[in-house]
Amino acid sequence: MYFDLTDEQQAIKSTAHDFLASRFKSERIREIAAGESGFDERGWKEMAELGWAGLALPEEWGGQGLGTVDLAVLFEEMGYALAPSPLLSNTIAGLALSIGGSDEQKERWLRPLAEGELRATPALIDADGPAEPMKFSMAAGDTLSGEKTLVMDAGSADLFLVATADGGRHVVEKDAGGVTVTAEEGIDLTRRLFTVRFDGVTPAATLPGSGEDYTPVFHRACVALAAESTGVAQRALEMSVAYAKDRQQFGRPIGAYQAVSHRCAQMLLETENSRSAVYGAAWAADAEPESLPLAASMAKAYASDAGWRVPDMAIQVHGGIGFTWEHDLHFFLKRGRANAAMLGDAKWHRERVADAVLAGETAPASA
Amino acid sequence: MDLTLSPSEEEFRDEVRAWLQANHPGPEPEAGLDEVMAFRREWQLKLHEAGWAGISWPKEYGGRGATMIEQAIFAAEASRQEAPAPANVLGLAMGGPVVIAHGTDEQKARYLEPILTGEEIWCQGFSEPESGSDLASLKTRAVKDGDQWVVTGQKVWTTFAQYAKWCMLVARTDPDAPKHQGLTYFLMDMEQEGVQTRPLVQITGEGEFNEVFFEEARVPDANVVGGVGNGWTVAITTLMNERAGLAFGAISQIQNSLGRLSKLASETPADGGTAADDPYFRQRIAQLHIEVETMRLNAYRGLTKTMQSGIPGPEGSLGKWQWADINQDLTELALEIEGAYSVLMRGSEHAVSGGAWQYSFLRSRANSIEGGTTDILKNIIAERVLGLPRLR
Repeated sequence: MYFDLTDEQQAIKSTAHDFLASRFKSERIREIAAGESGFDERGWKEMAELGWAGLALPEEWGGQGLGTVDLAVLFEEMGYALAPSPLLSNTIAGLALSIGGSDEQKERWLRPLAEGELRATPALIDADGPAEPMKFSMAAGDTLSGEKTLVMDAGSADLFLVATADGGRHVVEKDAGGVTVTAEEGIDLTRRLFTVRFDGVTPAATLPGSGEDYTPVFHRACVALAAESTGVAQRALEMSVAYAKDRQQFGRPIGAYQAVSHRCAQMLLETENSRSAVYGAAWAADAEPESLPLAASMAKAYASDAGWRVPDMAIQVHGGIGFTWEHDLHFFLKRGRANAAMLGDAKWHRERVADAVLAGETAPASA
Repeated sequence: MDLTLSPSEEEFRDEVRAWLQANHPGPEPEAGLDEVMAFRREWQLKLHEAGWAGISWPKEYGGRGATMIEQAIFAAEASRQEAPAPANVLGLAMGGPVVIAHGTDEQKARYLEPILTGEEIWCQGFSEPESGSDLASLKTRAVKDGDQWVVTGQKVWTTFAQYAKWCMLVARTDPDAPKHQGLTYFLMDMEQEGVQTRPLVQITGEGEFNEVFFEEARVPDANVVGGVGNGWTVAITTLMNERAGLAFGAISQIQNSLGRLSKLASETPADGGTAADDPYFRQRIAQLHIEVETMRLNAYRGLTKTMQSGIPGPEGSLGKWQWADINQDLTELALEIEGAYSVLMRGSEHAVSGGAWQYSFLRSRANSIEGGTTDILKNIIAERVLGLPRLR
């Protein structure tokens, strides 16, 4: 029993932390957020050089071959820095390709994707569907027609991994005829969402994998996203503690008052719980896959709540300044809130947990 | 990162599991506290004979010298099998470790063995009517008289004082010193005329704890632990030991309660199905499971950290706070599921589950008070983990 990062994972963490802190200062994040595309070409190139695009993808296809714990480490730092980047969507698409694709397909798309030469994003939610994880209505066939919405980073993606009602995934290149990409106005300015319309589009390929193959990809994506929300919470907590030590009212730093300090303690509790749930699930993904579904739902449910509640409490600690556009907190609140709704919200995941625990399943690795 | 037990840890768990299965004395008698204590004394003796009493204590003092992970495994397994508590809980968890850490050789020779056998029960004389969370303000006085100290004052919330031979007593020996410096830690013989105990009845109707009155009670100088004026430091060690020992047993206990809660939900009719089909109850049950899991994983992270640094950090306060919240939520939910019948207590014919949840609901009200109130724990977290300024 050893529940801490290894030296190698610590190294990933500190490299990511330092790199992201130097590249994504507040002014830069605001610049990207205010930009037309929301995409940061230079940042992407540097991340690719660090090997992040293929961090958890197989080595034989150009990835780093690392595990879900390493992925969680990276995404916690991505959330902490609030780095605007298609890294998450690209990672999810890469994991799906690596599980469902043929060798030929992997050579053609996964390798450049793992090396950061190509960017892909999953197109999952049907505009006319229930917007529920792993339920799709678009009909599979020689051509694809319909609207996929809430597609992450579609503006900067080279290809889409389109899910159909049979659970299959299809590779559609951006410049294939009949593809229209429209930007949505999202609450989170640091991760853009799009609607992608397919009008009789012929996919470049259909992956041989079946719907079930993608379930573990979904769960690992949930863990990565929950890790990101944990980082968001951690940053909001740190900002609040720093502010509560500095800001004086009634002749004292406000952090001396229990109304404020106890709120900060609550923020710590939720952030630490979130972190434990995330790394517990990440570990399960790598070492005990049979307990991943329950662990991932627990992590995503908890981090969905903590990821926006902690920044929300941070705004209260900051008072009026925390409500201004000028202060960075709102970006964290918005990312946390958007993450809460993606890949199944807390309520959806709690229902999965209820299903499992009422049927007598137990959490992983119970000593 | 490895959340599984190593082969030797697994072997240890299997040994614990098998021994407990073979020697478990069954549930505690549903009788008065005297019978329960007699039952627990017998159980402790059995534990001691097999080397399971004081498992964290070094071997040279009669303990098992178990690693922290082994202690965690033992606590988790004992709770999982719902083994009774040993009679001398406070002596094992606090008294012994304090004597080992701060006591003289004579004290170690005199006190440790009867703690392990349960022959001598210990209680803790810290809190006073006017000194609860602000423990260092306590007023019980000890005045030197030759080679003895004369103690006058009052303690409160003294668990099992009525059975105790020894009291871990913190008293003021220097009224002129700053409040943390004028205190001394004594081992007080409870069996003397100057000591009177009076049971306090809890909201559950039971009397686990007492008021203790000292009227010129006597303590020999040889019973000072850790030196005159060092009582605060010695007492703090005691409290750290109390918190470090709690987590893993508590988690297994809550996991058992969660199992019972699921059972209650699936046996309680609601809207043509059961409460386990009700989306509101399902959400709440799921949330409890998630929080217990985060508590368990936090405890493992804390344990890893403690094994590296050697001392439990202030983060332990998070677990105690969380435990209290979860335990209270859980019992509140059970009563909600029982609905109209939740008003019936033990002894009533129509009480659900024999009124067990009503008792737990009431008993759990103390969880956010006993062993450090949640409010004080938040102060500790704010000051010592987050580094926020102190108000005082």
